[in-house]
Amino acid sequence: MNHDADLAQLEAESIYILREASACVDPLCMLWSIGKDSTALLWMARKAFFGRVPFPVVQLDTEMELPEVYEFRDRIVKEWDLDLRVELCPPESSVDQTLPPGARAAARKTEGLKNLLRRDGYRGVILGIRRDEQATRAKERIFSPRSFDGDWDVRHQPAEFWNHYTTDVAEGMHLRIHPLLHWTEVDIWRYHLREGIPYVPLYLAKDGKRYRSLGEKNITVPIDSNASTLEEIIVELEATREPERAGRLMDHEQEDAFERLRASGYM
Amino acid sequence: MTNTLKIVIGGHVDHGKSTLIGRLLHDTGSLPPGKAAELEALSSKRGVPLEWSFVLDALQTERDQAITIDTTRVWFTWKDRRYAIIDAPGHREFVRNMLSGASEADAAVLVVDVVEGVSEQTKRHAQLLQMLGITQLTVALNKMDANGYDRARFDEVSLEVHALLDALELQPHSLIPISARNGENLLNRSENMPWYQGPTLLEALGDFKPVHAIADAPLRLRVQDVYRLGGSRVAVGRVESGSVARGDTVLLSPMNSTATIRSIERWNAPDNQPAVAGESIGVTFNEPVFVNRGDVVSHVDRAPFLDYAFRAVCFWLDESPPKVGEQVTVQFGPTTARAVIAAVDGVMDSATLQQLSSDQIPRYAVVQLRLRSPALLPLDEQQAMPASARMVILRGRDVVAGGIVVGVMTGNMPANIFHADHLISVAERERRNGHGGAVVWLTGLSGAGKSTLAMALERALFRRGAAVYVLDGDNVRAGLNSDLGFSFADRAENIRRIGEVAALFADAGLIVITAFISPMQRDRAIARQAAGDRFHEIFLRADLLTCEARDTKGLYRRARAGEISDFTGISAPYEAPESPELTIDTGTTTIERCVEELFEYVVAATGLETRARVP
Repeated sequence: MNHDADLAQLEAESIYILREASACVDPLCMLWSIGKDSTALLWMARKAFFGRVPFPVVQLDTEMELPEVYEFRDRIVKEWDLDLRVELCPPESSVDQTLPPGARAAARKTEGLKNLLRRDGYRGVILGIRRDEQATRAKERIFSPRSFDGDWDVRHQPAEFWNHYTTDVAEGMHLRIHPLLHWTEVDIWRYHLREGIPYVPLYLAKDGKRYRSLGEKNITVPIDSNASTLEEIIVELEATREPERAGRLMDHEQEDAFERLRASGYM
Repeated sequence: MTNTLKIVIGGHVDHGKSTLIGRLLHDTGSLPPGKAAELEALSSKRGVPLEWSFVLDALQTERDQAITIDTTRVWFTWKDRRYAIIDAPGHREFVRNMLSGASEADAAVLVVDVVEGVSEQTKRHAQLLQMLGITQLTVALNKMDANGYDRARFDEVSLEVHALLDALELQPHSLIPISARNGENLLNRSENMPWYQGPTLLEALGDFKPVHAIADAPLRLRVQDVYRLGGSRVAVGRVESGSVARGDTVLLSPMNSTATIRSIERWNAPDNQPAVAGESIGVTFNEPVFVNRGDVVSHVDRAPFLDYAFRAVCFWLDESPPKVGEQVTVQFGPTTARAVIAAVDGVMDSATLQQLSSDQIPRYAVVQLRLRSPALLPLDEQQAMPASARMVILRGRDVVAGGIVVGVMTGNMPANIFHADHLISVAERERRNGHGGAVVWLTGLSGAGKSTLAMALERALFRRGAAVYVLDGDNVRAGLNSDLGFSFADRAENIRRIGEVAALFADAGLIVITAFISPMQRDRAIARQAAGDRFHEIFLRADLLTCEARDTKGLYRRARAGEISDFTGISAPYEAPESPELTIDTGTTTIERCVEELFEYVVAATGLETRARVP
């Protein structure tokens, strides 16, 4: 199968969405988790705006990322001349204690994001989530209105068709903008390979293990794998039926933990 | 050529859409290991038999109520091709979400419960597919297991389905009897229906093709934004159809200016490769043209219509129906304009496909609207250019309808549209006034006699009973255009506004005479466009020496002395009309004779009756 045409179409669509966001939503920022998806998205932002990312890039930091992640972040910020804002997330003791332990890091990030929105008044936040990651993410709109508390009214999402997006929301609301919704995990890696986009080396296998998804160090575990190049990762993904987030603890604790998090503002 | 086929699954609530998708994922080996066991556990927890739809209905509310709330998307790969399945909610309340998902699809599967037959949402979804222009369609007649695999019932419902699709001029690829729950005739042929010889569902899907942005069509690039890059301005946007290359002469609508493409801009890619449909690019121009978000770039010979009014067929999503006279916003991608609903020409109930009267419009009706905008809009009609005819209607911030442009009202003759909506016809106005409306546009150098002749002509026409008025420079500059200066751009705007005002006067049935130098051909062309065939360009020809010798206001003397910069004829150009309706040589003809010539022309042009009225 030749995937170039698929990638070209996905990229053109994402660039279109980024340009719509930049033309219509102000002030605007982008969340960067430093993983494969949001790094690919940053690359597309450089394409959309001819080399310069015109909005701040925010890391919601729990100070629990793996050291390689911080190292990669600092290198890319310099090389790509990014306006990075690090938002420290509130401590675990401040979040909903009825949530299972694995979900609490996500809840901390949600609180960090709310603080950022409250303080800096962003009207739009660009995010690198994909529909195939998790079933509730599959329900997302590309431009998704939220209250400042992050509430997602999944039953009353605005109509969105033929690239007509809701780019204007009432005072007190903001937009979550999702330019990668139509991408799948394997698309992202094929794109990394085609474009030569840098990535955190933890994704490659070492001693029979690799990270398929990067989360906080206490709640993410590497998977068994011998894929030590992008080509091998792609072959592995084409064959596997294991879900991407199998290494994320929070997704397995309760049937609806993720949904509860999303409804209250998680990304 | 893309490898992914996007399919929307539509149909009535409970007819088995989500079950079909869940089972399809299972049969093609696309579910993660352990998923089937997890579904079994979830199902028994809720006391139901194994429910494949739980694969998709991820939300707690969806599982509890066993309905799909919002559109979702899942992928599977089969025989070297990737399929993206868009699951569209069937429940009536969620038509908005169905539309959102389906508008991106290449092909559709319409699911019909063979026990229940064609139902409300079957009709509505078929209608939506037709409006969205999705022509690759197969119909799955589901729940054959609940029906004892009865061939007679299958044939009966098939007839119903054919009747529905025929009415919508949709031609299905196939009608397939299936059991989604048991996985019969999806991937594997059913032993229970040996009488069925047609394709399985996956065979049918295999025959469909991804729909591409069309490269072999007129160029349409809607400008999303303008960036500064180095010293130049880059207009960015996606090529919706056609292609564009460096050196192409293009038209920018609605300004109607032409320019040459200087470069095709991309980042981290070879520069200046021609761009084809589907690509997001940037372009720069050789000329210093003004470009704004929403402008349309096309080739000159295959340009969009420019008009103020159009007809559209829309799916109305809001509780509150469209009202004649209501202000809305129309949006074509990044092109946005205010508009008024001028008329509701037709209403169809999407649940029954029956025509309704326009005084009661239910939610989700298909309405035929006439819309009128104060802004000139670049428009394409659905039949010729499906991608660029798509639009939405907003009330405030809310999208209340999606639709397509089916007719441009006048096609480049915007002045005519006013008559369509007034209760007074053109003929009535003409009968009362005794003549048609007209714009008598006098152009010529300062001193060519414009004001003198305009006033004399006004007097003569008035004496003859005509409704006539002169628009003269100083009067307009003192009021309507007091915000404008004398820069090149302001002078162009001055003429544009006068052109619009004159067109309105003419539309109201008046003969309006204008007396402005209006030195640029382009500005006069815009004024002509405003008034259409009521516009009469009259060139008052007099050479510069004659005009300068007259110099009634002493302006030439001051211009020569350098006190006035940019004075037409001295330090700024005058572009004489190329083919005026009338030329009068004011350098060699007496004023009386000039007025006579003008008068005769206007009488003939407006059909002014020759009976005298009280002056």
